[in-house]
Amino acid sequence: MALKKDIITSAIGILVLTLLLGILYPLFITGVSQVAFPGNSNGQLVHVGGKLVGSKLIGQNFGDVVVNKKTGKVEMVNGNPVTTPDPRYFQTRPSGTTPADNAAASAFANYGPNSTVTEQALASNIKAYIALNGPYYPGGLTAAKVPVDAADTSASGIDPDISVANAHIQAHRIAAVRHLPLAEVSALVSKYTGGRGLGFSGEPTVNVLELNLALNRLSQGAR
Amino acid sequence: MTFTGWLTIFAFVFILTALAMPLGSYMAAVYAGEHTFMDRIVGVPERFLYRIMRVDPEREMDWKAYAKSLIIFSLAGWLLLYFILRTQTLWSFTGLNPEGFHSAPWNVTFNTTSSFLTNTNWQYYGGETTMSYFSQMAGLTVQNFLSSAVGIVVAVALIRGIIGRTGKSLGNFWHDIIRTVLYILLPISIIVALILVSQGALQTFGSYLTAHGITGLTQTIARAPVASQEAIKELGTNGGGIFNTNSAHPFENPTGFSNFVEMLTVLVIPAGLVFMFGKMVGHRRQGYAIYSTMMIMFLGAVIVAYIAEAHGSPAQHAAGLHTGVIPGSTGGNLEGKEQRFGIAGSALFDVITTVTSCGAVNSAIESFTGIGGAIPFANLSASEVIFGGVGTGLYSILLYVLLAVFIGGLMVGRTPEYLGKKIEAREIKLVSLGILITPLAALFCTALATASSAGRASIDTAVAHGPQAFSETFYAYLSQANNNGSAFAGYTGFIQPNAGNLGAHGITFADLLGGFDMIFARYAPILFALAVGGALAGKRVSPAGLGTMRTDNPTFVVLLIGVIILVGALTFFPALLLGPIVQGLTTHLY
Repeated sequence: MALKKDIITSAIGILVLTLLLGILYPLFITGVSQVAFPGNSNGQLVHVGGKLVGSKLIGQNFGDVVVNKKTGKVEMVNGNPVTTPDPRYFQTRPSGTTPADNAAASAFANYGPNSTVTEQALASNIKAYIALNGPYYPGGLTAAKVPVDAADTSASGIDPDISVANAHIQAHRIAAVRHLPLAEVSALVSKYTGGRGLGFSGEPTVNVLELNLALNRLSQGAR
Repeated sequence: MTFTGWLTIFAFVFILTALAMPLGSYMAAVYAGEHTFMDRIVGVPERFLYRIMRVDPEREMDWKAYAKSLIIFSLAGWLLLYFILRTQTLWSFTGLNPEGFHSAPWNVTFNTTSSFLTNTNWQYYGGETTMSYFSQMAGLTVQNFLSSAVGIVVAVALIRGIIGRTGKSLGNFWHDIIRTVLYILLPISIIVALILVSQGALQTFGSYLTAHGITGLTQTIARAPVASQEAIKELGTNGGGIFNTNSAHPFENPTGFSNFVEMLTVLVIPAGLVFMFGKMVGHRRQGYAIYSTMMIMFLGAVIVAYIAEAHGSPAQHAAGLHTGVIPGSTGGNLEGKEQRFGIAGSALFDVITTVTSCGAVNSAIESFTGIGGAIPFANLSASEVIFGGVGTGLYSILLYVLLAVFIGGLMVGRTPEYLGKKIEAREIKLVSLGILITPLAALFCTALATASSAGRASIDTAVAHGPQAFSETFYAYLSQANNNGSAFAGYTGFIQPNAGNLGAHGITFADLLGGFDMIFARYAPILFALAVGGALAGKRVSPAGLGTMRTDNPTFVVLLIGVIILVGALTFFPALLLGPIVQGLTTHLY
């Protein structure tokens, strides 16, 4: 008899608790946060001219599609367009998702610490970073001068931030390509550098989307 | 390594202790049925739940009755969760499946259901490509609460056995479960969820969005009601992320501050339970002794992991990177780590979630250096007793305490006693089984998966070769046996060519072996812990004399640490040598 009673109690219990914890609790949190933090709870979306350009929290690919000169078509690999970094914009960190910065399927790269695959991936990231930024950087860039965040894949694949060191190296390229004074670009980098939580938790970050949007506004003003 | 890195670690320890002590006193009051300030808020729903579930909260249960209710309640939870996950499209009418996802295949769902029931939250699926919002909420969130409540009440029941003066009662299972949910888990989850939203965590039922970036590329942004699940995911040491990359995903863990809050949330109950234990047995120093044991081992793990990750990896050095601190960058092994957390925030987070059975990750454990990655291994090898999962950590370390008392008693030649109760042959047999069953399950499954081609099919051969491939496999079954759920994430049991599960299939071998690994290594130790509680409950208490071995002084702490390390090392050292230690000792690339 006790067994039957346990079964009845369990069955009612799991249904009632599902209603409480699985429906009412998330609804309550959603209600409160939609009222108290509407921007945050919807994903810190950024609109320019009424058009959604991204989320402040989600890293994106600031690249251009590659057009095949012979066929005039966009080059594709596995159904995704091939991109090349747009030199006018700050670039986010290397991404382990397919395609890069895929916010619909976040993924780790899972590169092991002793793997030749890792070493090759890092070497190729470093090479690309030097090719992009080296020509504009005073004295040129070597692998040893590349900040680790510019070569190492992020965890989420959509890290929205880069390190301050990385931003200041890229600032040289941005200033040259956009014909802006380096001091102005550097000032923008400082403006969009976020501090640590509570003053000690985490590391300073430069938000790439905010910085790039600010750059566009600056260039428009200069024109 | 940086000053702020070390500051994060030590500030964390200080704040954690300051929060856990009052929480421990509060929890002791909750389980004693005493009045608390929460009565006015949840007293009415509590009585309503007793009535509708036809429960008499006053009815005393012996260990067998307690265990029976627990098993049947878990079985009911398993069936409902499996049903919800397998009928995902059926619930689209709620509007909580905006992407129209189909259900995952049966074998993956078996693994997932077993995983969330056992507080493991091992995930072969990626949340944003597999689960509807309805499945996340009504299915997974519910078991995030209930599986952690089950863990906590087992610890409470064991303590009642240790302090019981008369009779065989370990309390009432239903009373304990409902009070755990209403008085502890739900209120703290609400607070944490709102803090996370204030930092930028998502909480919406809105669909995925398409953004048109400023260079003309489009990006689809997955969304979900994140914060409500994130809070209990950390608080209940569950660890199953809404998104594939778990707490590394900016929508789950948006800032350095949210990272700190999440870390505190993971450890506050496991740490609070130790203080609760001290209060319940009437000797706070007994609690402090266990807390010191845990904290010493925890700090050791954090310090080693931070130094190792700050040093960088052989692959980085081979590629020519400079991994020291430079202005504007912390350097170190930032592979698979997020810029906003940095090295210290990532190393600390991953130690916290592997000493507990949480298993959430804010960085890719597979990309940790050999030694940094050996720390999660070591934490799991210590069978989750360094704080451990909510409840599971406390009842597991209490089994170790009894073992240490027994060994200590043998060494000084006296009848072993703990808190006045004699530890005799029956208890020690149950304790030994309770301690050894999890390691045995882990090693047995690892051996099976390494030796069979069906098992090796799960290895991510694109990136993992040699010792890395072994580490992946070993970690998978070790993590599932310990109900942890963190992963060397290359290891998979799910082939999913498209988002939404069309054309997806599971790897049956890995899914089933892992599922049984989790269930067996969860419920067998629970039964042994309850049986130990039952065996102790009826014993007379003998007064402490001059010859009684003290269990609240530094000598005992050293003995306890020795026993934990000895059992873990003897069991796992050969296997650890083949994987992470080989990687940590060499600069050779594979």
